[in-house]
Amino acid sequence: MSNNHDGSTAARGVTTVAPKEGGGFPNPGLPPHVHRQADLHKSAEKRAERVVAGMFLLSVIGTIVFIAAYFLVTPTGRNIFAEEGTPSALWWSNLITGLGLAVAVFFIGAAAVHWAKTLMPDEEMVEERHDIRSSEETREVAVGIINDGLEESGITRRPVIVTAMVAALAALPIAVLAPLSTLGPLPGNKLHHTFWGHNPGQRLARDHDGTPIKLSDVAMNSIFHVMPEGLTHDTPHRMEERAKAAAVIVRIDPKLAKNEESMAMGVEGVLAFSKICTHVGCPVALYEQQTHHMLCPCHQSTFDVTDGAKVIFGPAHRPLPQLPIEVDDEGYLVAPGDFTEPIGPSFWNIHKDK
Amino acid sequence: MTTTTPSTRKQTSDLQDTRTYKLGAVGADWLDQRVAGGGFVKFIARKIFPDHWSFMFGEVALYSFVILLISGTFLTMFFDPSMEEVIYDGPYTALQGETVSRAFASTMEISFEVKGGLLFRQMHHWSALVFMVAIFVHMFRVFFTGAFRKPRELNWLVGFALMVLGMAAGFTGYSLPDDVLSGNGLRVIDGLMKAFPIVGSYMSLLFFGGEFPGTQIIPRLFTIHILLVPAMILALIGIHMVLLVLHKHTQYPGPGRTERNVVGFPVFPVYAAKAGGFFFLVFGIITLISATTSINAMWVYGPYDPSPVSAGSQPDWYMLWTDGGLRLIPGWEFTIFGYVISLNMLIPFAVYGGLLGFLALYPFIEAWVTGDDREHHLNDLPYNTPVRTGLGVAWIVVYLILALAATNDLIAIALHMSINDLTWAFRIGIFVAPVLAFYITKRLCLSIQRQKRNLALHGEETSRIVRTEAGEMIEIHRPLTDYDRWVLVQHEDHRPLKAGKGVSALRAKATSFFFQDRIEPVTPAELREALEHAGHEKHIIDGLTGGDYRTPYEKVVH
Repeated sequence: MSNNHDGSTAARGVTTVAPKEGGGFPNPGLPPHVHRQADLHKSAEKRAERVVAGMFLLSVIGTIVFIAAYFLVTPTGRNIFAEEGTPSALWWSNLITGLGLAVAVFFIGAAAVHWAKTLMPDEEMVEERHDIRSSEETREVAVGIINDGLEESGITRRPVIVTAMVAALAALPIAVLAPLSTLGPLPGNKLHHTFWGHNPGQRLARDHDGTPIKLSDVAMNSIFHVMPEGLTHDTPHRMEERAKAAAVIVRIDPKLAKNEESMAMGVEGVLAFSKICTHVGCPVALYEQQTHHMLCPCHQSTFDVTDGAKVIFGPAHRPLPQLPIEVDDEGYLVAPGDFTEPIGPSFWNIHKDK
Repeated sequence: MTTTTPSTRKQTSDLQDTRTYKLGAVGADWLDQRVAGGGFVKFIARKIFPDHWSFMFGEVALYSFVILLISGTFLTMFFDPSMEEVIYDGPYTALQGETVSRAFASTMEISFEVKGGLLFRQMHHWSALVFMVAIFVHMFRVFFTGAFRKPRELNWLVGFALMVLGMAAGFTGYSLPDDVLSGNGLRVIDGLMKAFPIVGSYMSLLFFGGEFPGTQIIPRLFTIHILLVPAMILALIGIHMVLLVLHKHTQYPGPGRTERNVVGFPVFPVYAAKAGGFFFLVFGIITLISATTSINAMWVYGPYDPSPVSAGSQPDWYMLWTDGGLRLIPGWEFTIFGYVISLNMLIPFAVYGGLLGFLALYPFIEAWVTGDDREHHLNDLPYNTPVRTGLGVAWIVVYLILALAATNDLIAIALHMSINDLTWAFRIGIFVAPVLAFYITKRLCLSIQRQKRNLALHGEETSRIVRTEAGEMIEIHRPLTDYDRWVLVQHEDHRPLKAGKGVSALRAKATSFFFQDRIEPVTPAELREALEHAGHEKHIIDGLTGGDYRTPYEKVVH
């Protein structure tokens, strides 16, 4: 149906390329060249020359500003525009250093491009293309070399070596698994338990200052971001523990409750849930007091705390795990054990007891 | 057509008499005897590159990568990739006394105390954004003009790999400061890894060196960010460039340009000045933006802690699309024999993989459809390939919807919309919008083809109408020159195939999908007829106007 440019037929059979009717149009060739002002007028050429030189000189000024700013407009030390060490000093330092550098580099570019566009030849040149494929002779030589090489190596005559070599090359990549496995520990039961479970009877403490929370502190419709009281700066693996133990407590009107099982794990409408989203683990930090919904700001999973923090919208599937709580003798909220199920994003064996 | 051989201009002798020239000649001789520099100059310096503004996006990508290397090297002098905890005591009062990691503290130091530190940090971040924009625009320039066709399919794949590596470089980079935003980004990665069946929790613990966040992840990302990924990017850029020189650049169709030549300007001196200069222009503009516009003010977010997060948590723009699917997917997850299958992750993964895979494999899909195995060096004009252009636009629309979905909280606030409604709109939109976009784009392309066809046959309408004595109205058309017309008539025409004779039913369907709706290109016979008709009309018009096409008003004024 169609021919290649050299007149041969397409190698892979039928193509969708339609033949040009009447042989198509003849290429009219390059249009006549239009001269630029600088090619025609000496004055335009001189002007272009001055502009190019001027821009190069402007770059020198930019470089001087940049270097000077490094010593005269500094963020913490000497600053001729603002008081030392103030945010304004940083602002000025960034601005002047940056503008100096911007001018220094931009005008080298502008000058070079202007030079090329106005003063260097702009008559289009033509270069012939050649086939990407090697010539037949080259191909023949190449095939000959490869054949000779294969023959010399004896690869075709020594199947035992080949088999053994394939085995070696196939086995070696498996070795990668060994160093890879030392990159970190195995999960074991780490993902199934949190600091609350390891240290039962912890008081619930405010996340920002670590003070414990009394039942009477928790006003209706309020939310507290909590951590176990014993989880302090000195706790080993503090960040990993915080990443799993983070919780919130909310207080809802028991009349609104839709889930008795969940209410039974709280005290007088005060309920504690994991703060870690069961989708991909962002902290579920937003609480709508009117609707008693908790919202994850990352992907908008929405949990209804009146109904055991079940998912009512968004990509999460599992409810936020609840932390059963009680009140101790002094009126403080305590957690007798761990969350009802593993916290955070689902993983393969999350429902298997560990 | 005459052929100018680039290297045969006559040499100017006054240049050769200068001292500098003589000194240069000595140096050149020294080099040539050691590295055969002469051959290299002969090979490269007069290579011809065609000129077009759309060829500069790739250059922008290359140059912003160089700026990334320069600014990044500066940053490594001061950045401390350690998660050891320290008390912040720098000049930023709001965080004084806070427990932060060394990574965070050193990023604060770079921003607030190191001279020029904030500038270089902002340049690094801005050029990363520009790098990815340039890669995407360059990639779609190549897509829409068909510059990925034989012999350039492999270079398309190299470019595709560079795009993916660019995302990896960006993600590993913005995770380093260990602030709340980057930490939550890593936490999402942790959650995503855990979703993989069987191996998920192992992957996560190996990647983080223990449970999230651990103390290993930032040193590890640092090595990936400053060694592994840039080395791969550099190597692939090398291959990209070598293949570019080997293939010679594509050119747009135009008079004098053929599949067998390349028309443009030589590397030396024109492109040395233009492209070299363009590097400095890109450098200058990124510096200007960085001097005046704040980016990633991580001190506002504060040091990473697993508990807080704020609304409006978005990754950098090129990662947005990977977050969008996670927001749109409903909470589908099921348990089989007590084991969890997290479809709410696996489906978005599959969609992302499908989108990337389609893009990577498109050159091969199209080649299979057309069966065209010739070399192509003349670019297609996008309206001449309506289905390819439609598919490209549909791809971009899916990408944009995913990216917009990742900002649904910001959009909902800005437009006072319910986030649930908005999410539902995107959920429906991701199925409907690409189909609409494909259809509209395809029809637009065909309309443009029709208009260009008329233009080629009849020339430009001048809005001047002559009334004959019989009352007939004739518009005066200004005929095109052969040079102007050539661009409109040179393109190739494809037709659908019938099944049978080596064409499978599937391929026949595919060719029908691609080429069923088509506009017949202008043939020389049609043009002859049109010109004859035009000559006839011109005779009438000239008879009535005396060859003076000015309106009566213009005759009075001029």
